[in-house]
Amino acid sequence: MTKKKIGDVILDVKNISLAFGGVKALTDISFNVKEHEIRAIIGPNGAGKSSMLNCINGVYTPQQGSINFRGQTFKHMNSHQVAVMGVARTFQNLALFKGMSVLDNIMSGRNLKIKSNILWQALRIGPAEREEIMHREAVERIIDFLEIQAYRKTPVGQLPYGLQKRVDLGRALAMEPQVLLLDEPMAGMNVEEKQDMCRFVLDVNDEFGTTVVLIEHDMGVVMDISDRVVVLDYGKKIGDGTPDEVRNNPDVISAYLGTSH
Amino acid sequence: MQTTFPQLLLKHASERPSAPAMREKEYGIWQALSWADLATMVEQIAAGLHQAGLRRDEHMVVVGSNRPRLYATMLAVQSLGAIPVPLYQDAAAAECVFPINNAEVRFAFAEDQEQVDKLLEVRESCPLLQHIFFDEPRGLRNYDEPGLAAMDEVQAAGKAFAAIHPDFFKEEVDKIREADVAAMFFTSGTTGNPKGVVHTHDSLLNRARAGADFDKLTSSEEVLAYLPPAWIGQNIFSYAQWLSCGYVVNCPESAATATIDLKEIGPTYYFAPPRVFEGLLTSVMIRMEDAGTIKRNMFHAFMSVAKRCGPALMDGKQVSFADRVLYALGNLLIYGPLRNNLGMSRVRVAYTAGEASGPDLFTFYRSIGVNIKQLYGSTETAVFVCLQPDNEARADTVGVPCAGVEIKVADNGEILVKSPGLLKEYYKNPAATAEVLSADGWYHTSDAGFIDAHGHLKIIDRVKDVGRIKGGANDGAMFAPKYVENKLKFFQHIKEVVAYGDGRNQVCVMINIDFDAVGNWAERRNLPYAGYTDLAQKAEVYGLIKDCVEKVNADLAQDTLLAGSQVSRFLVLHKELDADDGELTRTNKVRRGFIAEKYQPLVDALYSGISSQYIETVVKFEDGRAGKVSATLRIDDAKTFAPVKAAA
Repeated sequence: MTKKKIGDVILDVKNISLAFGGVKALTDISFNVKEHEIRAIIGPNGAGKSSMLNCINGVYTPQQGSINFRGQTFKHMNSHQVAVMGVARTFQNLALFKGMSVLDNIMSGRNLKIKSNILWQALRIGPAEREEIMHREAVERIIDFLEIQAYRKTPVGQLPYGLQKRVDLGRALAMEPQVLLLDEPMAGMNVEEKQDMCRFVLDVNDEFGTTVVLIEHDMGVVMDISDRVVVLDYGKKIGDGTPDEVRNNPDVISAYLGTSH
Repeated sequence: MQTTFPQLLLKHASERPSAPAMREKEYGIWQALSWADLATMVEQIAAGLHQAGLRRDEHMVVVGSNRPRLYATMLAVQSLGAIPVPLYQDAAAAECVFPINNAEVRFAFAEDQEQVDKLLEVRESCPLLQHIFFDEPRGLRNYDEPGLAAMDEVQAAGKAFAAIHPDFFKEEVDKIREADVAAMFFTSGTTGNPKGVVHTHDSLLNRARAGADFDKLTSSEEVLAYLPPAWIGQNIFSYAQWLSCGYVVNCPESAATATIDLKEIGPTYYFAPPRVFEGLLTSVMIRMEDAGTIKRNMFHAFMSVAKRCGPALMDGKQVSFADRVLYALGNLLIYGPLRNNLGMSRVRVAYTAGEASGPDLFTFYRSIGVNIKQLYGSTETAVFVCLQPDNEARADTVGVPCAGVEIKVADNGEILVKSPGLLKEYYKNPAATAEVLSADGWYHTSDAGFIDAHGHLKIIDRVKDVGRIKGGANDGAMFAPKYVENKLKFFQHIKEVVAYGDGRNQVCVMINIDFDAVGNWAERRNLPYAGYTDLAQKAEVYGLIKDCVEKVNADLAQDTLLAGSQVSRFLVLHKELDADDGELTRTNKVRRGFIAEKYQPLVDALYSGISSQYIETVVKFEDGRAGKVSATLRIDDAKTFAPVKAAA
């Protein structure tokens, strides 16, 4: 049914190596992400998935390799710079402001886009108020999109986990990102919540054309929604391709199921 | 007065062009749509549908929740002399097949991706269905099914057409006569295929007007449209009366926000089936039990004042000065804030109908100052048959016949109705039409009842369900299952009941507990449970339910006519009865016969005298998959009482 237009390479990761002291988290990893695609990174526990995401996100600085984003090459990135360039992320362990309402949490995702200074905002005069209304509208569209209208004013801490994950996604969307990094968006969810989340990820990709890079444990989910999959194991890349190619890759099978000797 | 739905729209648009016709909450703000803008929208959609090929007298399916464009589409369809057929938005795909084929539907309006998927799914079984127009494009960007188009496109095409043919719309509207068919509603039907109930402009608008006159409704009413548009009650309250009176219909942001939206809008005219009122009451009671001591005691103290004098005050009866002062204080501290929390601060008239409502429920709302009343009617009568006047509201009657209605009781106890609002016919089903509509114009309601001493109609049960006990101590006694079921359902811990007794030696019931109420009850008693099935089978819960059953028995013993309907044995079901499993109708009425077949071992066990029975049932999930639930159910006996002989 879907006929997606997948564009050129938007993010190119080349020969990344990352070590913490003697522990090699990532060894010589290269892969690319094309515009408008859903790219999954999978692998067993400790394979280096989150480290990979953190390198792209600028949280970690790899010792070797480079990252090319929209034609610009970086030895390392810093988180702020990454965000300005249009890369947003969600977290495996939610990092929301629990005491703040859903609305305010998502509004905080607009932070980078707010131009008026803090004094104007505090006094809420003239341009600051107009700007706030504009941002509020953008946030309301996200609330509508994620179907969380009923919880607009509810403190996030009171919401069930599945909805908190949705708010986390909402905050990332508020940045209007070109690339969305999702760290285990379905972890800890029940089947129904997973289905909902899958639909939202697909809809984000479809409606806004956002490129999605996601880490996920649930193989069913990955194979269903991804366009291409990278497989890591012990910090090394052992597979890369469409879900079908990856599924039939002997290295991947042995990493997941073990091999008989 | 010659009038039709589209003419009423044009009348409002010319008389009060800038007054709001509808509001919809979107992006956190109530967005108003004026009568003039609505008329323009309807004109464009009508022209668009005309170009797409919608013909006069043709049916068009409308499926979705309450949104301005859905209402505009119904008006547009009517403007072209075609007939809108609203379907339930939560119906499973297979349930849509019969109506679509029966009404030979080529065109459908679907609200969103969910409804479009459903219609696409049934397309194979509905070869005529060619065009599906969707309102909300989200998720549908990459669909390339033939005949699928956005309402935006239809409307844009219509706008272009209307620019070239400015008189087209007006001419089409003028061609419609009030005797023309205005809409068709499929009745849920407890057995067999649904039937299409055909109504004309005249029958719907006549009844809308009669109801509006009865309660003196004006153009300044506010209504929240939150019930399914496929149900005739919703159609009357938010469509026929809306156009007839010209008030404002408000569409909630989503189904989940309805209670929040209700509070924000503060409707003046409110309609809800008893289960909605029950749900609100139960949630208030549960929250009060969890409230702090001061609040809770204050609530209970003032509620007893309200119970004592609230309904009397509302009916304008004599109340002592001290009670008046206490009530005024209670109004300030409890009733007012409570009404506000329920979203009923401004309610002038609230109606409930469709099922019997309990006396407690009724007293509660009237005592806190909500003018809740009952009415009697059905899809076939365009709702309004009987209504309760403001100061004569009672839980056990359904009111007095309203303007234009004649009522008589047939020999078998059946209520017969003559009214200008009667259906024209069942679509393509003359046999069924002849069954309910006699040649001299009486409509057979198939409800058994009588007119009481005050001229109020009182309903006992469905005629076909009223049975006789056969054998045993009460041989030949009258058995009214619905009457027994309702009496039990009035307890907040009981959600659903199925009673058996016709042709049997005693009455036995299967009960569904109310999970929220009983769950909360159990928590307060430190009673651990693993889930619905576990909770339902707790000995303590059986004790709780047994109390309810015995109270009902004591009550029934007072009534010489129905003393034989006392419940001898009962069990608590391990799963909730569900419309998706076919156990309830879409309007949540129990399908007794179907349940008896499905739970045959349980019914047998009830009558064989054993104290437990193993059962395995198939359940259907919303996505169409099926699973199995099994449990061993307890069966308990209940005490019955000797009938109280009327004192000579």
